[in-house]
Amino acid sequence: MPSSTPSEPALLEASDLERRFGAARALRGVSLTVRAGECHLVAGPNGAGKSTLLRLLAGLARPSAGTVLLEGRRLAGRPLRARQVAPPAEPALRRHIGLLSHQSQLYDDLTAGENLAFAARLHGLDHPEDRARSGLAAVGLAERADTPVRKLSRGMIQRVAFARAILHEPRLILLDEPFTGMDPVSSDAVRERLDALLRTGCALVLVTHDVLEAWELASHAHVMVRGEWMRSGPRGASMDGFLHEYREVVRA
Amino acid sequence: MRETLRVALVVAEKDLRVELRSRTAFISAVTLAALILLVFNFARDAAVVSREALAPSVLWVTLAFVGVTVLNRSFAVERENGALDGLLLAPVSRSAVFLGKYAANLVFVLVVETLTVLLVVLFFGADLRGTLGAILATVFLASAGFVAVGTVFAAMTARTRFAELMLPLLLLPFLVPPVIAGVQVTTRLLAGRPVSEIAGWLRILGLYDIVFFTLGLLVFPSLMDE
Repeated sequence: MPSSTPSEPALLEASDLERRFGAARALRGVSLTVRAGECHLVAGPNGAGKSTLLRLLAGLARPSAGTVLLEGRRLAGRPLRARQVAPPAEPALRRHIGLLSHQSQLYDDLTAGENLAFAARLHGLDHPEDRARSGLAAVGLAERADTPVRKLSRGMIQRVAFARAILHEPRLILLDEPFTGMDPVSSDAVRERLDALLRTGCALVLVTHDVLEAWELASHAHVMVRGEWMRSGPRGASMDGFLHEYREVVRA
Repeated sequence: MRETLRVALVVAEKDLRVELRSRTAFISAVTLAALILLVFNFARDAAVVSREALAPSVLWVTLAFVGVTVLNRSFAVERENGALDGLLLAPVSRSAVFLGKYAANLVFVLVVETLTVLLVVLFFGADLRGTLGAILATVFLASAGFVAVGTVFAAMTARTRFAELMLPLLLLPFLVPPVIAGVQVTTRLLAGRPVSEIAGWLRILGLYDIVFFTLGLLVFPSLMDE
């Protein structure tokens, strides 16, 4: 479990986030501070608002209230104290974010290599084809570079999507059920890669139902129910204790 | 500016590559064009309307529907697998994404429209000798504007549940000016009328292009935020 010190400046600071869809409130006053080297595990039942939270943290959706700051600069939402906050996010700020959502973000008709090369070009990386090749090699799919995505298995698509999410070496990686569809060997490989990224100073926010898969990576553990934190803080030593607490909270 | 053009080229190249691989929009658009022309051909009462008289109207109605079909596909590929999120997360300006999508749509629409013009020659026996270049230039002028409108509306409807239905409903009213201007210009060109008679219609098309391209560029970025 990588660690960080509270004195370190926050990489990501989300304050009092709310997200409404009509009358429904998907998120209610959610705050989260993430520092370099931390991995925040977010668990919760279906429909709790976990994926909505990730979209807000990625800047893909605007909060109805609250603010998301990335490296002290406003990514989304209204500033809490206008004088102390920099102007809204410019495109360059998005360079620091990698997102693996529950959709692959890949084009079915392009090959795995073409998908990654396109992402590399979008991010303005040098030698996009080389970056794509090394990205696929890192997830054990070098030999599938010329295979169209539509012909890959679910687990392989997830690995290509993971390679795409970290291709540009983001500082903040947001993951929504990253181990879905993967065989145990692939899951281990992805977990090892995430662990290595944490040690280089990346930060992770990892949404999952599968606490067992992510527990060793986590420095913090949160439980979200109906758009609110029911538990939030350092993860503690015992996974069984956390799971017990999680079940109690969800049942309540 | 240079970075904007670079990103636009990357996006356009990707869109054209995806379409070349799948040919989904191309096949459906050309098939639709052939079917519309076939229906009009058989529906025409030869004793009342000559093929030559009907050709300009049929050409532009077909171009309108073919254009909508192509534009519908433009953001459908971004909806599949949530690829749009990948585009929006990239550190690039939304205007560059608009330019890229616009360029790919325009190229693709023009390819399909050129084939449609040739199908009109085939089905309606229109004599385009000496006017083909001018008609294709008019098609280009009309398309430049409506592709801008279509790209904006396709982006706007991309996250809705009924995108395929919404796009034609929103776009078709905006196709009225270029279709009217296109019919007027084509009719006069085929009749061998002087250029002075079409200059006014061409100016309308040019103005339509400038207004809607500029609006598209300005509006598109805000449409991309949820």
